[in-house]
Order: sequence, then C-alpha cells, then structure tokens
Amino acid sequence: MTQKKDMAKILRQFGLIFVALFIVVLMSFLSPVFMTSQNITNILRQISLNGILSIGMTFVILTGGIDLSVGSVIAITGVISGSMMASGGNWFVACIVALLCSLICGAINGWLISYVEFQPFIATLSTMTIGRGIALAYSDGKPYTISDPSFINIGQGYVLGIPIPIILLLIFCIAGLVILNMTTFGRYVFAIGGNKNAAKLSGVRTRRIQLAVYVLSSVCAWMVGLILAARISSGQPTAGESYEMDAIAATAIGGTSMSGGIGSLTGTICGFILLGLLNNSMNLMNINSFYQQIVKGCLIILAVFLDMKSKGKKD
Amino acid sequence: MEDTKYILEAKGIDKSFSGVTVLKGAELCIIPGELHALMGENGAGKSTLMKIIMGIYTKDAGTVTLDGKDTDFKSARDALDAGISMIHQELSPIPEMTVAENVFLGREQKKFKGLPFVDKKELNRMTQELLEEFGLSEFIKPDMKMKDLNIAQIQMMEIIKAISYNSKVVIMDEPTSSLSEKETETLFRIIANLKEKKIGIIYISHRMEEVFELSDRVSVLRDGQFIGCVNTKEASREELINMMVGRELEGGYPHNTAEKGDVVLELKNFTRKGVFENVNLSVHAGEILGMAGLVGAGRSEVMRALVGYDHLDSGEIILEGKNITIKHPKDAVRNHIIMASEDRKELGLVLCRSIKENVSLQNFDKLANASFINKGTERKLADDYTKQMATKMNGIEDMVSSLSGGNQQKVVLAKCLLSDPKVLIMDEPTRGIDVGAKAAIYNIMIELAKRGIAIIMISSELPELIGMSDRVMVMSGGKVTGVLEGEEAASQQKIMNLAFGGK
Repeated sequence: MTQKKDMAKILRQFGLIFVALFIVVLMSFLSPVFMTSQNITNILRQISLNGILSIGMTFVILTGGIDLSVGSVIAITGVISGSMMASGGNWFVACIVALLCSLICGAINGWLISYVEFQPFIATLSTMTIGRGIALAYSDGKPYTISDPSFINIGQGYVLGIPIPIILLLIFCIAGLVILNMTTFGRYVFAIGGNKNAAKLSGVRTRRIQLAVYVLSSVCAWMVGLILAARISSGQPTAGESYEMDAIAATAIGGTSMSGGIGSLTGTICGFILLGLLNNSMNLMNINSFYQQIVKGCLIILAVFLDMKSKGKKD
Repeated sequence: MEDTKYILEAKGIDKSFSGVTVLKGAELCIIPGELHALMGENGAGKSTLMKIIMGIYTKDAGTVTLDGKDTDFKSARDALDAGISMIHQELSPIPEMTVAENVFLGREQKKFKGLPFVDKKELNRMTQELLEEFGLSEFIKPDMKMKDLNIAQIQMMEIIKAISYNSKVVIMDEPTSSLSEKETETLFRIIANLKEKKIGIIYISHRMEEVFELSDRVSVLRDGQFIGCVNTKEASREELINMMVGRELEGGYPHNTAEKGDVVLELKNFTRKGVFENVNLSVHAGEILGMAGLVGAGRSEVMRALVGYDHLDSGEIILEGKNITIKHPKDAVRNHIIMASEDRKELGLVLCRSIKENVSLQNFDKLANASFINKGTERKLADDYTKQMATKMNGIEDMVSSLSGGNQQKVVLAKCLLSDPKVLIMDEPTRGIDVGAKAAIYNIMIELAKRGIAIIMISSELPELIGMSDRVMVMSGGKVTGVLEGEEAASQQKIMNLAFGGK
C-alpha cells in the first residue's frame, strides 16, 4: 500500500520532468528547428512572461488566495510608463512610477482580502475589472508608442549574449526560491494557507503576510508589464489580458493546492516550462491554436489527477 | 410508576466510538405531557443519547420505543416523521427565506398536485395559525424574512417548526443559553402550552434554577451510564449534584511536588462584554491551576483573550510584577505566555505541514537570523523537543496529519516548550487521546511545573482537574464563582456546585 503511494509520489515529483523530456526527445525527431539555439532562446523568451507571473501567483495561491488582477496590472504598467516616455520622460523614472502604481494595486488587493476580509476571488475580480478600466480610460483606448532604446532593451536586449527577459526570469526564480524556502516569510505563507487560525495563535501576523503576498504578486506583474511593453515597443491598455489564467495553470500543474498550504516553487517552474515547451512544439508542428487549448486543458487535468493520486484518496 | 404509559422509552443503550465507550446502559423514559430534564457533566453522554434517539447515530445495543413500538430510524428525517423533533443548541435557519418557508421547508404545499409550484398563500395561512396558537403573531409574521428575526424569535420558530410536524416528543438542547430573561419567559409559556398538548419534552440544561422551576422529573447520566431518575419535587440540589459527580478517580495522577514560587501571572478585571466579566486570577511558578466549568462558562474565551487571539474589552495583565499589554498572539509569545489550544485541528497545528515546521512556527526568534531560517538549528531543536516528548514518528519531516491524536498533542507541547513558556495554558490537554498518551502528558506537566513554569489547565474532566491541580478555579456564566484550595479542591461536589453557579 505504502509502496504504491511511494510510486505515485515519485511519479508526481518527476512526472512533469518525464513529460518535458518526452516532448523534447519527440520534437528533436519531428522538427529540425526544435533543437537549434535560436528556438531554445525563443522558448525561454516566451516563458519568461508567464514564468515571472507564476512565481508571484504561487505565493498567493499557497496562502489559499488567488490573484486575478495581474493582467490589469500589466496593462497599467504599460500605459503609465508608455505615456511618460511618449511625453519625453526619463525611462527609469517611468519604470519607478509604474512600480509605485503596481504596489498600490497590490496593497488594495491585500487590504481588501486581509483586513476587510473579502474573498480573494471577488476582491481581485473587482480590481481586475477596475484596473483594466483605468488602463483604458487613461490611454483613451489607444496604445503609446515607445521608442526609448534603453527601455526597449528590457524586452529585446542582451547581456553576455543572453536575452534580458531570461535573466530577469532567472532573478525572479532565484529570489522566489530563496524567500519561500529559506525565510520565515516563506514559512508563514505555508502556515497561513494550511491553517490561518493556528498560524495566528502561533504569533504570525497573518494579515500583514497576506497583504505582502498580493503586493509581491503585483510586483511580478509590473516586471512582466515592462518586459511586454519593451518587447512590442508600445504600452497597450489591452496588454496582459487573461495572462492570470496561464499563471494559475502553471501553478496548478506544478502541484500547488488551490486551497493553499501545499505546493512548491520548483513545481511551478516545471509547470511553466512544460506549458512553454508544449506551446512551442505545437506551433512548430503547425497544430491549430484551437487544438492547442484542448491539449493545455487536458494537461492541467492530468497533472492535478496525478497530484490527487500521490496524496492518496481521501474518503 | 409501574403502570405509567411512556411515550418514549430508551433502555440499555450502548454506544462506543472507535473503542471508546460513550454510553453504557443509558436509559430515558418520557411520560406524555411532562418536562423531563436530562442532566450530567460535560461528556456524560447526553448529546450522544439524543442523537441516538433521533437516529443520527446508530446504537450498539438497547431499544428505543415510541408509543410502545420499536423504532429504527435511519435519519433525523425518519424521527421527525415518527414524531420526535429536536431543537439544537446551534440554530440553522435559512436567513433569506421567509418564516413560513422555513417552517415548512422540505414539505411545501403544492399548488397543483405533482407540479413543483409552491402554494405560498397556504403556507402563510398555516404558519399564521401556528403563530396565533402560541401567541407570537404580534411579533412574527409568516412573510418576514428569517434574517430579520432575533435569536430568541428564531428559536421560537424552531420550536413551532418542531410542533408543526405533530411531534409527540420534543428535545431541547440548552434552549435558554442565548435568551434574555424576558425571552425565556416567552419560551416557558410555549413550554406550558406544549405540556397541555400532552407532548413530552426532553430538556437538556446546565441551569439548576430552570430545572427546578420547569421540570417534572430529572434523569441523570454519568460516564454514559444511567444513574437515576427522580421526581423534581422530591429532589434537592445537593442530591442532583451528588448523582452527577462521583466519577471514579481512576488513580494514577502524578502528584505535583514542584515548589511553588512567586506569582508569575495575574489577571485583573478581565472583561469581554457578553462573554466573561471581571475575571481575576493569579498563578504561581511551579503551580498547576485548574479551571473548571461547564461548556460555555467562558474559560477558553478568557485564555484566548489573554493571549491576544480574541478581543478584550478591558482588564490588566501583570506578568512578574509588570503591567504588559497583549494585542496580538505575537505579544503573548514574546512575553512567554503560551497557549496549547484544545482544538488541535482548528487552532493548534497546521496539519498539512511537517512536524518540524509546526514546532518552529512560533519560535523563529530563536531559529532565524534577520528572517533567514537557520535550518541546522531548526532541525536539531525540533528533533530534540519532539523526542523529549517521546513523540512516536518516523522523523520530523512527517506530516502532522499522519500522527495520532496523542502524538499531535505532543507536537503542540514541543512547539510550546520551545518558546520557553513562563505561563503555559493547556486547554483540555487530554481531550480525545488514549490512556497511555494521557499518562505521558500528565508526567510532562509535572516535569514542567518542576522547571518553574506556571501552568493553567482548562479541563472538563473532574477527576483530571482534581488529580492534577494545586488549586481549582471555577467559572460559571462568564464569572468566577470560586477558587478552591487543598481539601476543598478535591471535592467533586463543591466544584460542580460552583460550576452550576451556586455558592
């Protein structure tokens, strides 16, 4: 019985890696371009956006919450920084002002959820709608063209031959891993998701931690907003729409429980890499995007199913 | 009494849950039109017996007969249809529905036979009739939303709902616990009305005065056993208390030989409106202070307010002679006032995380530098402390949910001890754990007292309170009704008398 459980556990832990390896091996036979350095860079560049977003999302979901507003924060970041640069502002100042805006968005989410005790889904659904509205109203629905070369570098430049978005992704991954696994903050995140009342009785400032988690998620959205605006050289009010769904998907595929308390960032990292690989492979195979969605959905079901199996059935 | 025709007769009821005997030969016989009080200490098995009568639990042995016929209810619904209804302590109305809809929930009058259209007019008319019958039509209208009623009115509606099932027996579990005096009067009027209708009432209450005022007979349970049934008129308060207590002191309580030191903690005028009032207490180093009282006496609430988990309206905390303020459990932990909660699942542990993480959760002051966890120290201390408690585990990475109740409790204690408590509050430290683990926890408590820790133990088990405590403080209805010392503290009668609010 326990042996069976152990098997399932191993399958769970390494299952995603097996699936990823399987795709890589299969694709290197099927497509001559797949293993080229250009395509690999391409994959990494594509996953950098969802990757950074998923890191923040994992923290939020581990506390038992959800953040639907990240897509709107991406848009706000784009239009605010875009408009400032369009009217001749310094690119760095534009980034910082956009950061402040995202901090405010995160703080509003966190305040609504931890102090006013809104349900996270409702709170962030509202701020998602409001945020998108603000981005559209501010820009009057039109994109701002960005031409500042320093800013564009964030999305298109290289350092030591590595694209900057990939470096940023690495930085966020490492910072996330350190915070979650090595600091007291990380422990409190797990404890709040597992049992908020017990955490409080143990002296954890549960409200502050919850608030911080939403701010963290917004900061990730800010980073994604900058990379996206720089990559397409424009700050668009419609940018980042439904990005939250891919971030949630990566987190779920990575084995994080939607009710909080259980999960890991390494899982999420596997999750978004797998999603990226799958997208890229299906594009190379010229699979219609309609079918791509079906495959993505099935992957989530499969991953969550394996997860339940590995934990053993609850009666 | 031999020829009395009982409407409900429960005899020789046995029930055990996973090996623990809860009822053993329990008995209860109800005459039509009587109010029959059921009394007993916390955990005597009153609620379990009621749930068996209602068909919510299945009995292991014994018979329940209604109107002379054996019953075999599969669910509370069967019991309702047969004529037994229960008004629970926790009411569960559907707030957005009207009074009439709540009363007739699940058996609505249909407009047309076989079609799912509800005849609201007819429902309202039937409800109005019931309201008038009980003299409630002045305050309650059938089309009012349930959420607009106050607690007392909701309770009245629950009773009316029970009667609308043509119940022959109505069970009331602590019906007055949330009522004001005036509301209680209305309830008593309704009860008189029920008695006239020859409905048998089983009345569970912890209030002696009420029992004497209202009841015709009283049955007492102790340790799941039927102790006796007396006519209220012929019984005295002392007699009833004597029947309830007298649980065997199952020997084997280690004696607290620790030397008592200075007062460590003193509480003055602790008040939270509507929950507890002007509670004063003091506890010495090396002392075990027992807190006795019935469910709802406010003992846990006082302690939860002390550690900052619940709000406190007013009161002073004096720790080692200094006034301190505690606004959040963090402040309590910093001042080394540590609480091990009764409810391990709800407040004590994060079940889905490891033993190690649970032990370290409130102790990062010791285990982390500038919020970076010192993993070596963490592992070592978590291992040391859980081993000191003799926790049975494969290792400290085990999930807490995989441990037995007794071992979970040891993890809670390990976590509390790592915080170097000056005051350790143990709320029902042995609830739901087996005999062996209990003995281990008692020994740990003595060990801690010897280290000079002041221990406050809340317990509903009289033998445990008497066996372990140096002093016993008794609460009733949110107030301290007495502090017993020495010989006095060893008297179950005295404790119970105070727990019932007596002098």
